[in-house]
Amino acid sequence: MVEVNRSPSATLLDEEVTKSGLFELSPEIRLDLYKKMVLIRRFEEKSAQSFMQAKIKGFCHLYIGQEALAVGVCSSLKATDVVITSYRDHGIALARGVPPKNCMAELYGKATGTSKGMGGSMHLFDKERRFYGGHAIVAAHCPLAAGIAFAQKYRKEKNITLCLLGDGAVNQGVFHETLNLVSLWKLPVVFIIENNEYAMGTEIHRSTAGLPLVKKSAAYDMAGMVTDGMDVEEVRAKVLEAVNLARNENCPVLIEARTYRFRGHSMSDPDTYRTKEEIAEAKKRDPLFLYSQKLQEQGILTADLVTRIDKEIKRIIQEAVQFAESSPEPDLSLAREICFANEDQIEPVERPFYGYYN
Amino acid sequence: MATLTYRQALNEALNEELERDSSVFLIGEEVGEYEGAFKVSQGLLKKYGSGRIIDTPISEGGFVGLAVGAAMYGLRPIVEFMNWSFALVAFDQIINNAGAIRFMSGGQFSLPIVFRGPSGGGTQIGATHSHSLESWIANVPTFTVINPAFPADAKGLLKSAIRSNNPVCFFEGERLYGINGEVPEENDFLVPIGKAHIIMEGKDVTVVSSGYSTHVVLKATEELSKENISVELIDLRTIKPYDFDLLAASLKKTNRLVIVEEGKPFAGWGAQIAYDVQRLLFDELDAPIYRVSNLDIPNPYNGPLEQEVLPNPRRVIKAVHEVLG
Repeated sequence: MVEVNRSPSATLLDEEVTKSGLFELSPEIRLDLYKKMVLIRRFEEKSAQSFMQAKIKGFCHLYIGQEALAVGVCSSLKATDVVITSYRDHGIALARGVPPKNCMAELYGKATGTSKGMGGSMHLFDKERRFYGGHAIVAAHCPLAAGIAFAQKYRKEKNITLCLLGDGAVNQGVFHETLNLVSLWKLPVVFIIENNEYAMGTEIHRSTAGLPLVKKSAAYDMAGMVTDGMDVEEVRAKVLEAVNLARNENCPVLIEARTYRFRGHSMSDPDTYRTKEEIAEAKKRDPLFLYSQKLQEQGILTADLVTRIDKEIKRIIQEAVQFAESSPEPDLSLAREICFANEDQIEPVERPFYGYYN
Repeated sequence: MATLTYRQALNEALNEELERDSSVFLIGEEVGEYEGAFKVSQGLLKKYGSGRIIDTPISEGGFVGLAVGAAMYGLRPIVEFMNWSFALVAFDQIINNAGAIRFMSGGQFSLPIVFRGPSGGGTQIGATHSHSLESWIANVPTFTVINPAFPADAKGLLKSAIRSNNPVCFFEGERLYGINGEVPEENDFLVPIGKAHIIMEGKDVTVVSSGYSTHVVLKATEELSKENISVELIDLRTIKPYDFDLLAASLKKTNRLVIVEEGKPFAGWGAQIAYDVQRLLFDELDAPIYRVSNLDIPNPYNGPLEQEVLPNPRRVIKAVHEVLG
């Protein structure tokens, strides 16, 4: 049986981080990276299907094509570090170890979802696993990442914050305000721009001056790096380097990761702004296929193992869907209950429910 | 009792809470070296250092978002706006992040954060610098909205706000910083959130207000008492959630209500109170409710004209005459 959620690379131990041997990945870790990528791919394919069946509503932004990024990033972090991302968040949540069944239940809007059905696809959260959310206003989570890193430094912890954002986010003012603050105050945070070349339907050359994106780091005197976002091992190595800088030197880092999404911006996007040829060309760099090939060449993966992993992961996804479908809908009292913290250090106030007069 | 100005009372509240809890910090433009644009944070940098009294660039979206992130991680930020009008630059962070994250995370992340600063008109600083945003914030479901009128309440409520695990917007009347008032010297003086108080007992009409408007009403009552009109003045202190019970008890006595609210008229908090009262206490009313608010234009720079646009004693007196028939 393939263990997806409790894998050795999901969280690194302190000694692993400090060992330079980390850059030389063991076959066990490599296989785990592969499995995680398969998990995300199959989860997203299933999500697409459920969306088409109108079981998932609202928006549904798929991560297909970008799996190497989520997995490379999350496998470079300690369990006590924080990950925060934008609305294309399923892949990151899964890579961070958030259980697929709770993710799926959230897409279904059920009470058993990561956010009890109040967040939906774009707002997955898991405090226990230090996954600080899916955030749906473009770039609005960037200063939150700075604030979490601020708090980590304030508390003299050795933890860092890792913030993923899309290429569209760099044109928002608050992104620039954030870079200014983290560089000025030397906060332990790594920003990773997932540059998939499209901000919704707008190609990057039509939206963004001053390319390549990594140059944005120079304006704020930050360390900047570029990585091939289609190569999970390269992502992991680069992020690890950045994370070590952030952790040990309180030095914020900006990484531009070059990737591509194989589907439209969301499930409701007819994707008419890209040619079939362009997408076909990009798919030659399919991170899952490339990695599978590489591991097979190295003898770590065999055709038989590929089939077995796929089968096992399909079973996990199926279980997640069954869990989501059989879970209860949240009710109004639950929604009311979670609005306010009741552990105030003062007498909590009674709050009337406006809009409801019996 | 000690006599303190409103700004000194706020300063004491900040000082006491910073001392009590090391997770509390103050962040904003000019709060440190400059000791606050209105000197509310005087002496705090010297006592607590730049690690906890944090000067920021002019960058509201950035530092407000940063404070929200720090609150998600369990710190207790106090964000000072040099002027509440500048908070508009950071409204996405205030409303979409501070206001929604606890709910959207299924209750996982509390937001123990206080946003505070000077608010309101009357000092001829023009439309962009004199907003009263209380009703805007009250329209966001998760916020507590506080607007004290006196130094004692300013101190006791700010301390309560800092200890709340929910997001609080704390509006300080810009015209109130210099007023004096008695503040209890007792150790750890707190004023409960959500409780109004009766400033003046009366039997003819209930007037409800908050913040600077309470002083406007007090001025009006000097004239009204000459006409033998007895006003019961309720100072809300907390606008949301507001103290319906105290208001109801007063209305059972006076049967007439005037609401005095600084802010634009359409869909202001006074409209909510008027709705609640007519819906739940219709039988107690002997006259239609009258509401005094700003006129529905941006605040003018011109002094006399601005006074005319804001709630003023003349308009309050007119309102009281109206409900008394």
